Amino acid sequence: VTALAPPTLAAPAARTRPGRVPAPLRKKRRKRRLFIAALMAPWATGFTIFFLYPLVATAWFSLTRYNLLSPPEFIGLRNYSFFFTSDPYSLLSVRNTLWLVVFVVPVRIVFAMLVAQLVIRIKRGGSMFRTIYYLPALAPPVAATLAFAYVFNPATGPVNQFLAKLGVDWQPLWFSDPRLAKPTLLIMAVWGLGDVMIILLAALLQVPTEHYEAAHLDGANALQRFRYVTLPTIWPVLLFVAVTGVIQMLQYFTQAAVASSVAGGVSPVGGGLGERLGYPDNSMLTFPIWLYSKGFASFQLGYACAMAMLLFVVSLAFTAVLLRRSRVFLYGAEEA
Amino acid sequence: MTRSRTYRLAVGLAALSILAAACTAGGGGSDEPLASPTASASGKVTFWHFFTGREAEAIEGVVRDFEASHPGITVDVSSGQDDEKMRQAIASGGGPDIGLSYSTDIVGNFCTTGAWRDLAPYVERDQVDLGQLIEVVRSYTEYQGTRCSMPVLADTYGLYYNKKLLADAGYTAPPKTVSELADMAKKLTTFKSNGDIDVIGFMPNLDYYENSPAHWAPHWGATWFDAEGKSTVATDPAWQEMLTWQKQLVDFYGADKLTKFSAGKGDEFSAANDFERGKVAMMLDGEWRIAFIDADKADIDYATAPFPVADSKPDLYGGGYVSGNIIGISKGAENPEAGWELIKYLTTDTAAIVKLSNGIKNVPTTTAALTSPDLQVDDNFRTFLDIFAHPGSGTSPSTPAGAEYQNLYGTWLVKWQSGRETDLTGGLAEVAEQIDDSIALAGQ
Repeated sequence: VTALAPPTLAAPAARTRPGRVPAPLRKKRRKRRLFIAALMAPWATGFTIFFLYPLVATAWFSLTRYNLLSPPEFIGLRNYSFFFTSDPYSLLSVRNTLWLVVFVVPVRIVFAMLVAQLVIRIKRGGSMFRTIYYLPALAPPVAATLAFAYVFNPATGPVNQFLAKLGVDWQPLWFSDPRLAKPTLLIMAVWGLGDVMIILLAALLQVPTEHYEAAHLDGANALQRFRYVTLPTIWPVLLFVAVTGVIQMLQYFTQAAVASSVAGGVSPVGGGLGERLGYPDNSMLTFPIWLYSKGFASFQLGYACAMAMLLFVVSLAFTAVLLRRSRVFLYGAEEA
Repeated sequence: MTRSRTYRLAVGLAALSILAAACTAGGGGSDEPLASPTASASGKVTFWHFFTGREAEAIEGVVRDFEASHPGITVDVSSGQDDEKMRQAIASGGGPDIGLSYSTDIVGNFCTTGAWRDLAPYVERDQVDLGQLIEVVRSYTEYQGTRCSMPVLADTYGLYYNKKLLADAGYTAPPKTVSELADMAKKLTTFKSNGDIDVIGFMPNLDYYENSPAHWAPHWGATWFDAEGKSTVATDPAWQEMLTWQKQLVDFYGADKLTKFSAGKGDEFSAANDFERGKVAMMLDGEWRIAFIDADKADIDYATAPFPVADSKPDLYGGGYVSGNIIGISKGAENPEAGWELIKYLTTDTAAIVKLSNGIKNVPTTTAALTSPDLQVDDNFRTFLDIFAHPGSGTSPSTPAGAEYQNLYGTWLVKWQSGRETDLTGGLAEVAEQIDDSIALAGQ
């Protein structure tokens, strides 16, 4: 019987101190690092000047009483506590902005998807329809809103005149009615869905036709093909559209500002924009509009900075949650 | 030193430098000594004002006269500049040497923050007699003893009425109390076949053209703040009296009908103005409307009178809201001396004031200009000169938060007049609290 030799462990490789890197190689590495740094420098400079510095400055000013002209006076968290406890319109502006996020983003995506599906199926003249549906997205927001304010003017606008001609008794006040002002903004947002439509259209064109053919052979109906073929394939694009849509709505300013000023109807001669924003009954007072009013009409820059910080944190959280949830949706099985 | 320590040090230094930069923002001193009284000012002055169109041309004309009489000074005029823009420009160091605002509400903020310089040293050095200014004008151009602005004409508010519409309804004189105003308004209103308002006797909505709580307040004797600077919108019964009267008239028309009428109104400062088109029988407006009606060649037979007053306070009749254009030297002005010369010219030179007043039909602010034989005064304009001189006339107070107290009140009023707010006492108490909080946050 051969005695089994006790197992021997391979002797560990001697831990040798790595030799000194030859000078030419060091020089090459250093040059490479410098090259990378040089390439990144424009971005880093821009990031520092246009993002990092304003962010730090905003965070600091948010802890101060600051009116742009006098030196900032440190007041701790008073601006934040004022926002949550004393500001009569802070939570209202949050509610208005959330309304836009909850309704405008999904409605725009759904309608854009429907239009994209429709346009993709048109055999002749498809490109013409694509252009027609995309055109409103090219209209400058101020001009588009002015046009809508005219079209939906309850006294002189063609929409109400058309309703009257049809014999409809209902004469809505549109932008002048606090209950209808935001839905009217929603109508305008749907009218200008061309930007979302064109992105979804591009995504739909990327879905391999073989997948549809295979699903068809398996007996999948149109709805099932959309649910099990189209949707998973274009999901990353939908996610992109949703994230950018949410961020857009959190920053919604121009259309609401113009619509409220026009519907408010008082010429702000010499007074500036801040006077009439939010009309009627603050139904169009979005968070960024209130922030602007506090900062540049009431000169409470410190408080406006606190609001900006809150907006930044919420935008960040919103985006993070949305991305995280979608990852679970996409890779749920594997991750679980 | 390890790499991580180096990074930490670098990040720390960067943060410190950013904080240091942040803390020093808004600089730009204004403490340089004044020139001697005998030194003559020269150079270029940048001058921003809010006027546009015809009114801007009138300003331009007076500025050119100034240049002709001050050969060493040239003036670079920018029209159509609003207060928000001006304040931001001053803060960034790119503001004008001197700025003209239409809103006396900004005086408190501009004086306390130093956006406009204290003019007292200039006034004292050049021995400018402030006694030549009317009392109310003197008060609204300074804030808590700091004179950071001077008046460039004043605005007063009164009643404009369509003589033909009143005569057709059997009236020979304008109303003197608000009860008479309401009765006449109802009788003067006509409706379209679908029930919409066609011609309105008097529009009671407080967000219509020049209707605002500030402009109405003197006619009820309503006050904004008490001696401690606390809001009195909830405690001064005059506000409740005013709003109760207003709501009764709103209810007569129907809030929705008024909103619809208001939505179809023409641009205030154009020939499409509802009064100029004959769509409103009686309206509160400033004296400048006379020049607009004239320039727009509006086909309207009208007259002016003091605005009616609360039935309980007939003594107030004849007065009204007084405000005005104000002018000051910016914090970072590059040529304050030449700027001051222009300010002196625009605010104390009788010929200049009279020319400007005749051009844009605003009320002169010095006694000499008010009594000047060159001042063109007809019956309609005379009304506003009388309102200006009336002891019951008043203005709205300045605060460190500018006019935010009026905005907060106005926002609540939209809810009140639409019927969505029914608790007058509770609502006003809430607004008073909001006003006090807002002013406290702004730093009083």
